[in-house]
Parts: sequence; structure tokens; C-alpha cells
Amino acid sequence: MQTEATYNYKVVRQFAIMTVVWGIVGMLVGVVIAAQLVWPELNLTSWLSYGRLRPLHTNAVIFAFGGSALFATSYYVVQRTSHVRLFSDGLAAFTFWGWQAVIVAAAVTLPLGMTSGKEYAELEWPIDILITLVWVSYAVVFFGTIATRKASHIYVANWFYGGFILAVALLHLVNSCEIPVSLFKSYSCYAGVQDAMIQWWYGHNAVGFFLTAGFLGMMYYFVPKQAGRPVYSYRLSVVHFWALIFTYMWAGPHHLHYTALPDWAQSIGMMFSLILLAPSWGGMINGIMTLSGAWHKLRDDPILKFLITSLSFYGMSTFEGPMMSIKTVNALSHYTDWTVGHVHSGALGWVAMISIGSIYYLIPRLFGRKEMYSVRLINVHFWVSTIGVVLYIAAMWIAGVMQGLMWRATNADGTLTYAFVESVKATYPFWSIRLLGGLLFLSGMLIMAWNTWKTVAGQKAYDAPVLAPAAGQHA
Amino acid sequence: MDINDLRSFVTVLAFATFIGIVLWAWSGRQKQAFDEAANLPFAEDELPASARSASKESHHE
Repeated sequence: MQTEATYNYKVVRQFAIMTVVWGIVGMLVGVVIAAQLVWPELNLTSWLSYGRLRPLHTNAVIFAFGGSALFATSYYVVQRTSHVRLFSDGLAAFTFWGWQAVIVAAAVTLPLGMTSGKEYAELEWPIDILITLVWVSYAVVFFGTIATRKASHIYVANWFYGGFILAVALLHLVNSCEIPVSLFKSYSCYAGVQDAMIQWWYGHNAVGFFLTAGFLGMMYYFVPKQAGRPVYSYRLSVVHFWALIFTYMWAGPHHLHYTALPDWAQSIGMMFSLILLAPSWGGMINGIMTLSGAWHKLRDDPILKFLITSLSFYGMSTFEGPMMSIKTVNALSHYTDWTVGHVHSGALGWVAMISIGSIYYLIPRLFGRKEMYSVRLINVHFWVSTIGVVLYIAAMWIAGVMQGLMWRATNADGTLTYAFVESVKATYPFWSIRLLGGLLFLSGMLIMAWNTWKTVAGQKAYDAPVLAPAAGQHA
Repeated sequence: MDINDLRSFVTVLAFATFIGIVLWAWSGRQKQAFDEAANLPFAEDELPASARSASKESHHE
């Protein structure tokens, strides 16, 4: 029943391997800047100073690690659920090499201090143009594959991946509107509070579409596959998708509470952030309930542990986020390490863990093997990283609430109780615990790299045949 | 009609569209199509025959 044609696994393999590599690089830079907070002497030169490495860390983990995982899984899922090879091998190869070039350019320019100064959009205008070219090619490959599909339906994971690709294109084009004044310097098209609002419309939707919708695409494919049963409720997944699309775009103003942004805009941002709890939890429950009747698999399948634990962190951080968007809560939490804890609960607990689980699923299949070299090491990785995340976010919660309380404390005569430096001093122990948590998470990635090496080394690359559309289902 | 009427109209239209999507998804007529779509990931084997023989577990009911 199978035709001679194969799926394009080459680009999936490339992105899957680079996910592991960039995960290690990005998290290593994170560990370095965490250490710099504990030991400021580690700011050795201006190139390796905290202020320049911090954007390198965020760009590396979000766009290099997370981006590679999204490219790898979306290309895999869209081919397999559409029963057709990728639309264009050439363009797919261009997205791989183009994206790697973007990452290398970021790794060179950010330490040199070249930045447009917009959070998560720091890269200067020539790199922005390259990102645009890669992203348009990505859209052509992805939607071209959907358009030429041999299956009649478009599986829900592809809706999430497609929404992610379109939204990120829109966000990048609008927020990166800038006027170059030299080869390496540009200024934003926007000014004042409009610039701030557009930046955080971008910033929060980078969270909502890059770091959420795309990874929900992973959830809707890899959780059912690893659990061996279809998603709990397909119609809930449809409503989940549209609810996210209709609400996320409005939540950005919660990053600008108590600023020059008009009050009504802040309140809209807060309201839509609160509404977001419903679709987020609907999606989380849909993913976790996919396991109903097969809970026992969780006991001895470490890949499933990664996937389901990631959903638990997704639930935690999508409860915490709406709570922190409430103005009165934000008055305490904003600018403190609580925000950093919240972000890492999402980034390490949700994004990294669902990616790691999905990549563990993918790698053996891309090399014609049944499973990873060592399933036991996946289990070790799971526990090391889980302990790492918990240490990290617990330390940041305590540090953040403490900082917020110290900053707002006033004496009877109205003067501040604490100088800022006293809050810095009080935070040292928690920054040390955070460093330990980050080190554990990084160690887990090194275990993954070794396990990947042992799985891949000496194996021949495997490209699965495209199934003829009439072949139907067989186990 | 000033621009704010248009903005209100678009907001209400978006809300009505969303309610429409919810009703559409929960109407029974979609059931068969959704079941087919939900089983798309299970339509085929992913491993070469050599690796497959080691794992003959059924993927779905």
C-alpha cells in the first residue's frame, strides 16, 4: 500500500539535533548570567557583561532552542498528518540554514552591543530582514504542504502551528518597523507610549503565539501519539484554538500597568489576561485527560512524564499569569524576580519540557529506531530537570515577593524603610538557589545530548515512506 | 458614525463569531468529522519494518 515517495525527514533531523545543541548553548548562557548575579566579578569584559549576555540568553532559548523545536516538530507533524511530503525541499532547507544564520548573527552582534533595545526583538535591522525571508519561506512550506495534503481534514495541531506562523509574521513585521541610520543601528518607527504599547503587544504575543500556540501544536500531536489514544475532546481543541486566537492579542497592556499608558488600555489588558485562564486551562485539561484510561503508562514512560509534567507547568503558569496581570497584584510583583520566576515556570516547565519530550519521541524515529539509546537516562533527565525547575521558581517566588514588600515598605514619616541595595543583599541566597536550579536543568540537557549521540551515532538516517491516502488505518 | 462605533461593532462581531464557533463545534453534526480528524495521527506506522517487529502495540481502540 505504500508508495515509493518518502517524507522529508532531513530538515526535521537537522532542526531536531540543533534543538539539543541550542538548548545547551542558551541554557549555558543563562547559567552564566545567573552566576554573574551571585558573583558580579564574572562580568569579565564588556562583551561578556550581564547586560549583553541577558538578551543573548533570551534569544538563544526562545528562538534558537524553542524555534528549532517548533520547526522540527511542525515539519514532522504537517507531513505525517497531511500524508504528503513537504511542499518544497529547497525552501525547507533554506529555512534551516537561514534560521541558523540568524542565530549565529545574534550570537555575534548581541555581545558586541548591537541592539535595537526592544525586548525579545533586539536584533538589528539587517537580521530582521533575514528573519522575514526565513519566516515567509516557512509559511510557504507549511501552508503549501497543507494545501497539497492527501487527507481531507487539517489536524488540529496544524491549526495551532499555522496560527503561530501567521501571528509571528504579523508581530515581527509591525514591531520591527525601524529606520536604519547605519548598517548596525536603527530606531523604531514609533515613539513614546505608542512604541511601548506596540513593543508589549509584540512581547506578550511572542509568549502567546511563539511560546504557546506553537507548543500546543506539539501537545496535540505528541501527547496522543505517546499515550496511544486520540485527544480527549476534539471539539474542545477546536474551541481552545479559536478562544486563544480571539483573546491573546489583547493581553499585552498588562506589561505596562501604572505607566503612561491610558488606564482604560491597562484595564482591557488585565481583563483579557483574566479571560485567558479559561482557554488555557481548557487546553491543559484536554491534554492531560487524553491519558484517561491509560494513567498507568505515566509510571514507566519518561517521555510521557515530560509531556504531562509540561502540561502541569502550563496550567500553573497560565494561572499565575492572569493573577499577576491584576493591577493590585502587579503593583507588588512587577519589576521583581517574581516575574522571572513566572517566565521560567513557563519557559522551563512548559516550553522546554514539552519540547524535550517531543524531541525524545522524534530522534529515534528519524533514525529508524524504536526508542532512544537509554530510556533510563530519559528518566534521569526528567527528574534532574524537574528538581531544577522547582528550585528555580520557588527561589524566584520568595525573592520576588520579598523584593516587592521591601520596595514598598515605608516608615511612619513616609520615607522608604529599605534602600534598594538592602533588597539586593537580601536576594543573594535566592540567586544562589536559582543558579543551582539552572545548573540542574542544564545538566539534564547534557544527559540528553549524550543519549542523543548514542542513539544517532552509526545509525543511518531514515525517511519514512509517504502512505497512500487510501491505505486508511492500521496499527 | 464615528470610528468608535466601528470599533464597538467589530468587537461585538468578534464575540458573536466566537459564540458561533462554540455552537458549531458542539453541534452533533461535526462528530464524525472530528472523530476522523482526531485519528489522523494514528493512520500509519512510523518505523521501518526491522524496528517495528519489536513493538506490535495497538495504537487505538
